[in-house]
Amino acid sequence: MKHIAQLDVGESAILGEMKLPREASARLEEMGFLPGAAIRLVRRAPLGCPIEFEVAGTRLAIRGVDAANIFVG
Amino acid sequence: MDSERLFALVGNPNIGKTTLFNALTGLRQKVANYPGVTVEKKEGTARDRHGNQFKVLDLPGAYSLEAKSPDEEVTRAVLHGERADTPQPDVVVCLVDASNLERHFYLATQVMELGLPTIVVLNKTDEAKKLGVTVTAKKLEERLGVPVVPMQANERVGMEALQVALSSKELAKPQWRPVEGNVAARYEAIDQLLSGAVARSEQERLTPTDKWDQVLVHPVWGWVVLLSILAGLFYAIFSLSGYPMGWIDAGFAWLGECVEVRMQEGDFRSLITEGIIGGVGGVVIFLPQILMLFFFISLMENTGYLARVSFMMDRLMSGVGLNGKAFIPVLSSYACAIPGIMATRTMESPRDRLITILVAPITSCSARLPVYLMLIALMLPLGTATQKAFVMLGLYILSILGVYFFAWIFNRMLKKTETTLTILELPTYQRPSWREIGLQILDRGKIFVRRAGTVILALSILLWAMVTYPKNQEYEKRVAAAESILETQSELSGNLTPQIEVLISIEKEVTEQNVKLALRSILEEKQTQLSDANRIIESKSEEVRNLTAKKLAHSAAGRLGKAIEPGIEPLGYDWKMGVGLVASFAAREVFVSTMSIIYLGEDKTEEGGEVSKKMAAEKRADGQPAYNLRTCLSLLVFYVFAMQCLSTVAVTRRETNSWRWAIFQVVYLTGFAYLAAFATYQISGFFIA
Repeated sequence: MKHIAQLDVGESAILGEMKLPREASARLEEMGFLPGAAIRLVRRAPLGCPIEFEVAGTRLAIRGVDAANIFVG
Repeated sequence: MDSERLFALVGNPNIGKTTLFNALTGLRQKVANYPGVTVEKKEGTARDRHGNQFKVLDLPGAYSLEAKSPDEEVTRAVLHGERADTPQPDVVVCLVDASNLERHFYLATQVMELGLPTIVVLNKTDEAKKLGVTVTAKKLEERLGVPVVPMQANERVGMEALQVALSSKELAKPQWRPVEGNVAARYEAIDQLLSGAVARSEQERLTPTDKWDQVLVHPVWGWVVLLSILAGLFYAIFSLSGYPMGWIDAGFAWLGECVEVRMQEGDFRSLITEGIIGGVGGVVIFLPQILMLFFFISLMENTGYLARVSFMMDRLMSGVGLNGKAFIPVLSSYACAIPGIMATRTMESPRDRLITILVAPITSCSARLPVYLMLIALMLPLGTATQKAFVMLGLYILSILGVYFFAWIFNRMLKKTETTLTILELPTYQRPSWREIGLQILDRGKIFVRRAGTVILALSILLWAMVTYPKNQEYEKRVAAAESILETQSELSGNLTPQIEVLISIEKEVTEQNVKLALRSILEEKQTQLSDANRIIESKSEEVRNLTAKKLAHSAAGRLGKAIEPGIEPLGYDWKMGVGLVASFAAREVFVSTMSIIYLGEDKTEEGGEVSKKMAAEKRADGQPAYNLRTCLSLLVFYVFAMQCLSTVAVTRRETNSWRWAIFQVVYLTGFAYLAAFATYQISGFFIA
């Protein structure tokens, strides 16, 4: 299954399942990372990690290892 | 004055709560910690339009009332009225970002469900407009039944309307039906609330923030900009702040002289000039560097650039379990660990914050520089400037390795109690608010002077007492006798010198032979008197120096140095170095002035060359130079790691809210310094004769 770290820069997708510890996924959900929401990979940090995403108007960066557990729907 | 109403500011991090708090309260604010946690409590007072005073509480930033961090837990508990130290607020002022209402109403709707009178502040309306988002505040007001005030808090736009809302006697409770169910259900309810009130012009375009980011986090230009900013920062800290530091130094020297002239010689005068004025001066002198550092940090934070620094540096920090937010605190510690540790407040995760605080003192702070310079000069008496620079570089590299090594260790040691997810929010860039930066610098400066100042003052008095007492009456008498002889002989020499000059000039002009001869014999007599006087001055000065060194050996500090001598001998140190180590426990740079007390018998740091000569000439019992290569190396390694700064201990204690961590820090760093210095001395013995 494709995960959001595999998106290209500027590519959008629809969020699917998250396989993260409960508290971590709860925090992301509160910030708008809900299944069905549109997500866009904005840019990668100069050293490749972390990765900046945009969801529902919010810009935030998470690490590649965490992004690899968030799948596209 | 409990009749004053209490307004609480609530909102996500980075929404501009603190900006609004500063705009409302100005300088009438108080910063403290919530008892039992290391979360900052900011409280202030303001007046409404009728002149009634009210209280404002700036609650820690939160994304949700289902608390996941200590900050959020405080916010949740205060809003529920569960904290004994803080009453439940009378009115909640909820800040939301006009350009991103969905997410910000996540917290706002939870807050409204508490049923407290509420005012909604629609902040950053200018940014929303730039993004093509228009919000009809009136519609939200009708639906929620509470005031909804559009604002740009950083430009103070909308303050008037907010003041009107704050001054209203009867503030309504929001009409909001509590959401039942999960996160998705809440977002659905928010969608309903906002439908028709928020319009978006559908256009894909680059925002100003995007354009800035194209340069500032660019794979090449991003590093160029970051390195230039850091170079500027270090230039400001080490070079520009030299001027105000010079003035402060001169000011305290002048103050000391004033006291010296006006007071009777004795212990009390020495306590005031050396203990108190010297001690306070030793703290205040670091203030320009610290304020400069805070200026840069506040500026970066205020504009939104600091988040980009974390974004760029995260990869380099994550290897040892730190995150990008630790970069600036660690970097600041290269100037001084105190502001570095205070800068960890921008880190939300208590665990990352603790690790950063624990390793911060390993960085080569500027107080180590004078010690390094002195020891490197002793170690390489014939070394070139390049060789010396390489040793200095080596010490900096050693400290970087130390930071990484111990961060790695603590990352393994400390239990992972919280979510391991690192989220870096990247706020939109904004123009800096100088007023806010000024307030922040002022606030941090005050904390530094209060916390570090009191500790250093107490310690410099203690240190003064340790080198002064107990006194040996015989030495005191001999010093007094030698000094009175010194005084009369100096006076004599002072009178003779101009007399001789006059005689020489007359002798040249006179032509008559017999007068010339008579003049010459007088001149010779005077010159003999002068050289006698100078010889006595020299020998008596030498005696005073020796006696002062003996007094020091007799004092508590000297005895302590002798007592620890067996312990430090395997490191290559003698008791005099022991005194230096003990003295520099309060502050590292004290080593240099202590060495000058020990070897010159007077505290004249400006004659640094003189002290170094004496130290270089110092011999051991076996005739070897005391400050040989091995001993110097061992001392340098000791100074890289040892926790010799009591102000840092005080700040660690404050920032971790526990003596346990402060003491642990002293023990682990000093213990490691001992082992590392021991290893350096012993192992180098195999290579260096």
